[in-house]
Amino acid sequence: MASRVLILFAHPALHRSRINAALMEAVQGMEGVTFRDLYEEYPTLHVDVETEQELLLEHDVIVWQHPFYWYSAPALLKEWQDVVLEYGFAYGEGGTRLVGKRVLSALTTGGPEEAYQKTGYNRFTMRELLAPFAQTSFLCGMEYLEPFIIHGVRGLTAEQVQEWAQRYRARIAALVAGD
Amino acid sequence: MSQDFLFQAVIYLLAAVVAVPVAKRAGLGSVLGYLLAGVVIGPSVLNLVGQVEDVQHVAEFGVVMMLFVVGLELRPSLLWRLRGPILGTGSAQVVFTAAGVTGLGLLCGLAWPVALTVGLTLAMSSTAIVIQSLAERGVLNTRGGQACFSVLLFQDIAVIPILAVLPWLAEINGGSAGHGGGAEAHGHESALAHLPPWAQTLSTIGAVVAVVIVTHYFLRYVFRYVAASKLREMFTVVALLVVAGVAWLMHLVGLSAALGTFIAGVVLAESEYRHQLEADVEPFKGLLLGLFFIAVGAGLNLGLVAAQPGLIASLVIGLVGVKFLVLLLLGLGFRLGAGSSLLFACALAQGGEFCFVLLGMGGQLGLLTPDVSAPLSAAVALSMTLTPLLLIVNDRLIQPRFAKLTPKREADAVESHDNPIILAGFGRFGHIVGRLLQANGFGVTVLDNDPDQVEMLGRFGLRSFYGDASRADLLAAAGAEKARLFVCAVDDEAKSLEIVDLVQHEFPHLRILARAVNRNHAYELIKRGVSDFRRDTLGSALDLGTDVLRAMGFRAHRAVRATELFRCYEEESVRELAEHASGDQATYISMARQHLENLESVFRQDLKRHHLDTEDAWDTAGPKET
Repeated sequence: MASRVLILFAHPALHRSRINAALMEAVQGMEGVTFRDLYEEYPTLHVDVETEQELLLEHDVIVWQHPFYWYSAPALLKEWQDVVLEYGFAYGEGGTRLVGKRVLSALTTGGPEEAYQKTGYNRFTMRELLAPFAQTSFLCGMEYLEPFIIHGVRGLTAEQVQEWAQRYRARIAALVAGD
Repeated sequence: MSQDFLFQAVIYLLAAVVAVPVAKRAGLGSVLGYLLAGVVIGPSVLNLVGQVEDVQHVAEFGVVMMLFVVGLELRPSLLWRLRGPILGTGSAQVVFTAAGVTGLGLLCGLAWPVALTVGLTLAMSSTAIVIQSLAERGVLNTRGGQACFSVLLFQDIAVIPILAVLPWLAEINGGSAGHGGGAEAHGHESALAHLPPWAQTLSTIGAVVAVVIVTHYFLRYVFRYVAASKLREMFTVVALLVVAGVAWLMHLVGLSAALGTFIAGVVLAESEYRHQLEADVEPFKGLLLGLFFIAVGAGLNLGLVAAQPGLIASLVIGLVGVKFLVLLLLGLGFRLGAGSSLLFACALAQGGEFCFVLLGMGGQLGLLTPDVSAPLSAAVALSMTLTPLLLIVNDRLIQPRFAKLTPKREADAVESHDNPIILAGFGRFGHIVGRLLQANGFGVTVLDNDPDQVEMLGRFGLRSFYGDASRADLLAAAGAEKARLFVCAVDDEAKSLEIVDLVQHEFPHLRILARAVNRNHAYELIKRGVSDFRRDTLGSALDLGTDVLRAMGFRAHRAVRATELFRCYEEESVRELAEHASGDQATYISMARQHLENLESVFRQDLKRHHLDTEDAWDTAGPKET
């Protein structure tokens, strides 16, 4: 059975990003995929809670796609979490509307893969640093999938960027297919 | 203009100027000041004034205006809620006081119709003195104050049947009925006297209904039309015309003029012109009321008091004593609480201006001989002079005892305009501010001097009032004393600064937030210490600029960030330039040009090393060794 996928994309300075522009282009117009550019929707960071909640209910898989700023998401995605994942909607008393949905983090990092090890300069693994996202999903009764991560994006050649874009498209297509 | 008139005017004004501020500063209140001024210039002391009665007739119009203003502050819904106290407490007061005084009269050997006339007469209290004194203390809206007001209102109504019953009492007493002469002040001499009783009643009711309908449905168009002429004094003229017209009509049908204008005031309390009306009538009311108090003081026959000190003293003590007792018992009986009951009793324990009318009419009907009415007149006048003193005793000695017992002051029952925000200017700019505040549950009192605007907003249920916010009296009427914020959103630079100056001078506790219509206006506001201002075109111009940036391909968030950066610099530059704006013009111009250049270069530089660029540098390096 086909799943409906909602990509919530958060990048405050897309005009400076090659990789995220390519990823974004790769998933445009895919069957069963809704692509939502949060910084374009909410340039003043004022999130429309009702609209966002409706979108969540209409989809089975939620993708948080963003650069991994300061071991977390850009401010707008955090704001989105703060106001959209309401008590009584996403968690707490009667907050079961998202139960059973699946969540994917699709991230780009400036640092290389080796930096995200106990011995690297970032000292923690990606799975450790992503604990808040995993726990957020868990609290809402959602399954947190194996994240899609592209490291060292500044060093990528144009071919590598296209390769990653296709890989991303394949991963999203698999989610639509229900895998 | 006769020299005599000018001399009289000088005497009255001078007496007021000398006595009232002194009395007020001494804590005696303005009413006592006026009364004492009257006594001093009156025939008994300096004898500087001529016919006091004539002045008194003119001055009684002040009482009529006072009731109009009181009416303006009372909504019909509130009046309806007061119907219990008015009919209950009011009628009980008149009946029991009249009974008590009549009983004393009988004991003194008066015939019963005479005793009853005296009883009914002395049941009246002084609306002018009581309301003025209570308003000065700010207790008119408390339970005690409302009880006083209810009783006074009932007396105003009761005087009509009393005037009707006097000729009948005179007939029983066997006196020669010289019908009806002395009532011109409060108008029993009705133009309808020749009609059968049912027609008289019908005309009377018809007149009241006409007043209500005309004021409610028709007057707003008159106000609007006159206001549109932009002649401020024409509005005052219309306001006075309304008061005088209603008073005249009430005279015509034999009703109390004060009652009629009170009704007109209540009807207009719902109108958007209420504050302006109040502000326009207020000075006339104050002047005439002061004149009225002076006339009462001047009318005090000290010669008579000196001739029969024992008689007058016992009359005053009897009058005040009976009224005080009856009022105190009524207050307790109607569960006002001890503190409020004492205020109620102290405030109303005097004879009133109606007493002079009723005594005069009783004399003309042959009911009261001069040896009865003259000492009574003196006693009434003295009791009126005593009232402010009684209230001071109440303030200083009685109420402090209750202040300890009652933990909280009684809540204001009269709906006053206690909105925390006053908004001047409800046009294209102000209405957005006002609607935002209202949408978030803040009470806003709105003033605007465009009658069409006010009219239109009224149709959509928004409370806005017609008036010029550069008038201190209007601001006071709109509740500036109790408000916290003053939002100045008028579109005229000079007017705006005039208002700001006025508010800073008269109501320094108000925090001012202002609309600046251009840079120069902003500089002037800064000079006055108003730092909460917004240039009215900046916000929307930046919004549109953001849209243009997006149309040129900027992503939405980037456009917003660029705009905000620009706004910061723009606001900073206005504040910097303000320091030079008032100084040397040449410096200012070169500074302005320099700032424009600064703006350009700084903006380009900001974009070049925009902090967004550094976001890309994130996560490219580990911690530096230290």
